[in-house]
Amino acid sequence: MTGHFRDKVDVSLTVNGEPVEARVPAGQHMIDFLRLELGLTGAHASCEHGVCGACTIRVDDQSVRGCLMLAAQADGAEVWTVEGLTDTGAMTDLQDAFVARNALQCGFCTPGMLVAAEELLSQSGTPSRAEIREHLSGNYCRCTGYEAIIDAVEGVAQARAGKGAA
Amino acid sequence: MTIPFNNPDRPNSYIGKTVPRPNATKLVQGRGRYVDDIVLPRMLHVCFARSPVAHARIGEIDLSEAKAVKGVIRIFTGKDLAEVCTPWVAVLAHLKGLKSPPEYPLAVDRACWVGEPVVAVVATTRAAAEEAAALVAVDYEDLPAVTDTMTALDTDTPVIHPDLGDNLAFRRLHEEGDVDAALESAHKVVSARFRTARHTGVTLEPRSILVDWNPAEGQMTAYHATQAPHMMQTVFAEHLDIPESRVRVVCGDVGGSYGIKVHVYPDEVATAAIAKVMGRPIKFIADRLESYTTDIHARDHEIEAKIAVSEEGKILAIDVDDWTGIGPYSVYPRTSAIEGNQVVNLCGGPYDFANYRAQTTVVFQNKTPTCQYRAVGHPIAVAITEGLVDMAAGAIGMDPVEIRRRNMYADDAYPVTSPAKMRFEGLSHHASMDRLVEMMDYDALRADQEEARKQGKYRGIGIASFIELTNPSPFMYGIGGARISAQDGCTVRMDPDGSVVALSGVTEQGQGTEAMLSQVVAEGVGVDPGQVRIITGDTQVTPYGGGTWASRGAGIGGEAALQAARALRDSILEVAAAMLQADKGKLDIRAGQVVDADTGEDRMPLEELGRIVYFRGDTLPKDLPRELVQTRHFITMEYPFAFTNGVQASYLEVDVDTGVVTLLKHWCVEDCGRVINPQLVDEQIRGGIVQGLGGALYEEIHYDEDGQLLNGSMADYLVPMAAEMPDMQIGHVETPTGESELGAKGAGEAGTAGAPAAVMNAINDALRPLGAQVTEMPFTPERILRALGKLDD
Repeated sequence: MTGHFRDKVDVSLTVNGEPVEARVPAGQHMIDFLRLELGLTGAHASCEHGVCGACTIRVDDQSVRGCLMLAAQADGAEVWTVEGLTDTGAMTDLQDAFVARNALQCGFCTPGMLVAAEELLSQSGTPSRAEIREHLSGNYCRCTGYEAIIDAVEGVAQARAGKGAA
Repeated sequence: MTIPFNNPDRPNSYIGKTVPRPNATKLVQGRGRYVDDIVLPRMLHVCFARSPVAHARIGEIDLSEAKAVKGVIRIFTGKDLAEVCTPWVAVLAHLKGLKSPPEYPLAVDRACWVGEPVVAVVATTRAAAEEAAALVAVDYEDLPAVTDTMTALDTDTPVIHPDLGDNLAFRRLHEEGDVDAALESAHKVVSARFRTARHTGVTLEPRSILVDWNPAEGQMTAYHATQAPHMMQTVFAEHLDIPESRVRVVCGDVGGSYGIKVHVYPDEVATAAIAKVMGRPIKFIADRLESYTTDIHARDHEIEAKIAVSEEGKILAIDVDDWTGIGPYSVYPRTSAIEGNQVVNLCGGPYDFANYRAQTTVVFQNKTPTCQYRAVGHPIAVAITEGLVDMAAGAIGMDPVEIRRRNMYADDAYPVTSPAKMRFEGLSHHASMDRLVEMMDYDALRADQEEARKQGKYRGIGIASFIELTNPSPFMYGIGGARISAQDGCTVRMDPDGSVVALSGVTEQGQGTEAMLSQVVAEGVGVDPGQVRIITGDTQVTPYGGGTWASRGAGIGGEAALQAARALRDSILEVAAAMLQADKGKLDIRAGQVVDADTGEDRMPLEELGRIVYFRGDTLPKDLPRELVQTRHFITMEYPFAFTNGVQASYLEVDVDTGVVTLLKHWCVEDCGRVINPQLVDEQIRGGIVQGLGGALYEEIHYDEDGQLLNGSMADYLVPMAAEMPDMQIGHVETPTGESELGAKGAGEAGTAGAPAAVMNAINDALRPLGAQVTEMPFTPERILRALGKLDD
């Protein structure tokens, strides 16, 4: 880290619906900002180069790798993490389905997996198993073998479609 | 009283049912507490400067630039920590001849693999520590690197540890019967060369430890992502000169282990040593490159093997020559000879045959140390055995299912002792095979394969039978001198509100240990599982135990929990009988109520009993025992291991133009004895299968000839992703062990044990019409195209 990186940047954003103002090191990753500065430890740092998806968060309605984004880039952004999405009840059905289907074991990938799955579920249409598998291919899970996760997401997709039609 | 587990209508029938995991909801809400989530006052971060070369003498170390980085508090070299931490030597007495040099928390004179920690930098932030670690200047004087396993013992290969005399860490030859005579006279002998690639576990949570030394209390507290808290307590105490009673290891949520987090790592011991020196909390979280270069590797084996069969397909002999390179040190305290030893113990496992010879040769090399990783040795032994059996079937024109049926131990043959001298209490190979054939509709699949072939598609069916070693007794580690407990304990207590708390020595890393314990305790006491709180992973709180590894959590920890729960039930009923002036034998506890055992009529809620015992004990008879806390321990005594069995099948398609394998479906029938929670068992099997599929198709650590690791990132070391994985159908046969009342054996490793062999056999089944065969894992497109003769450069 050089002196240049130690420069601080002022950011103003909303995180989980609450306003946040901070002066962040220019080199700080978003995931570290959320975890270290805001105490939001739900999303996890794992591969730290954008492969595994454990740090997936929602930024301006898109799922984003918290390890590939700098906190300094979040100025003006609307950021949601698993904590906020839990509090609002936005994906309670998905979380319940994960528990019921045991679609998590160690749980380390789960917050990121949920954000990625919720992104797919919020798009139009009812995704097929193959589409769910494809969409979640940026999120590694080393415990479950994925099938339970696919089952849980598929079940929620069908339940939400059923509700929409009713 | 024997609990009639098979009667689903019995009271409190939680064992055998899918109940929710008590700790899952917090994890889906992001409320888990992994080590990196913990922040302590005055906490510092440690980061390591690691050897960039495979083998070098450590010369001058210049710390001036590193010390100048803002935030750096202190820097430690190997010599500094050697003064406060004794070295360890990872040998076990029962692995005769195993040798390994002393290993220090930081390399002192020599670095022996790429990634070995050399200098530790402590700073106020992780970023500052990393920045400074990169500025540590070490003068590495290159030494020759030993990287090839097969030539490690050649006379012209340099000896890595001259004090040890040669590069041989361990060798074991096992011989039973007359293999040479059987090979000589057999109808057919098939030979093959197998290779399994060097893997690592890739836990999503990297290795993590936060150590707090409180000099005022003389106590060390280590918050550690580990599978074996009590083992680590002993290690820290012994090597840092602290009384064992003054080391507390706390293991909260753990983000995946698979065997990776059951070993002693130099950087973690260094972290504890530094915490003791500095009297401040020190946190170490491995980054992903450190995970690849320093988490244990495994499964780097090369094997020459032969099978001899009669005209009728009877196996007459199996002959195995196994070699593995383990890095420069045997890993403490479980040692790096176990995997090779398991290959010797497990080859030929399902089959009733007479002549067996197997040798494992374990050599040192300048690569990351290898040690036990999920299904230790099983994927190798199963690949050898099942690969050979399929080749033999091909050589005599027999169906792969049929040849197995002709050789597997009969289901009524037990107990038996295998040619490898493994003792099997009770297995179900035939029942499992029958169930598998039915589940997969074998004949229809063969018809589909034939139909596909007419359309130019190459599909293959692969079968792999296996045995799995679970519930280890002290014969695994204890007899060799390691302070690793094979016994486990559970304390169960009833609180005033009638709720139950269970403290167990086994640990949770996502398998569902806490759910399993909650339902065992719920049934044993007679309460709803939701009324049971489980506490694991704290050496100062739980009964002493081994932790969770070698598929022992349910079989050992579950039985201790059952016995403790039933003892508590007995204590409660003794008090209830006095209070109700009833015959204790005529009372029962159901759903948190003391009831009349015959009629089921409610007599008293447990909370009323709790109120009287805890607050109005004066109203009870003076001499009435009212101990609402009970502890029981369990250890297996009759068999060194509880073997399980199973059989897997893979159906896949090989694109013979690109070499790409598409997995179509996978099946597994598994016999882990009593199934406590069907969903959790199935998901253990599925997760295990996918780890095995990773080994079959993707996973391989690459080194160059200088010992430089080439693929230390998740983008370069491929693990299975959702899109490539098949759906998996799981079935069960239940042959409970008679060693415990619960009857549970382990289920955590069976999936990984059998999946690679099933895929190998399926690929070779697909390629057979083209005369091609692959036996070197992973089966990459390149290797398949080479086998097909389509690549020859």
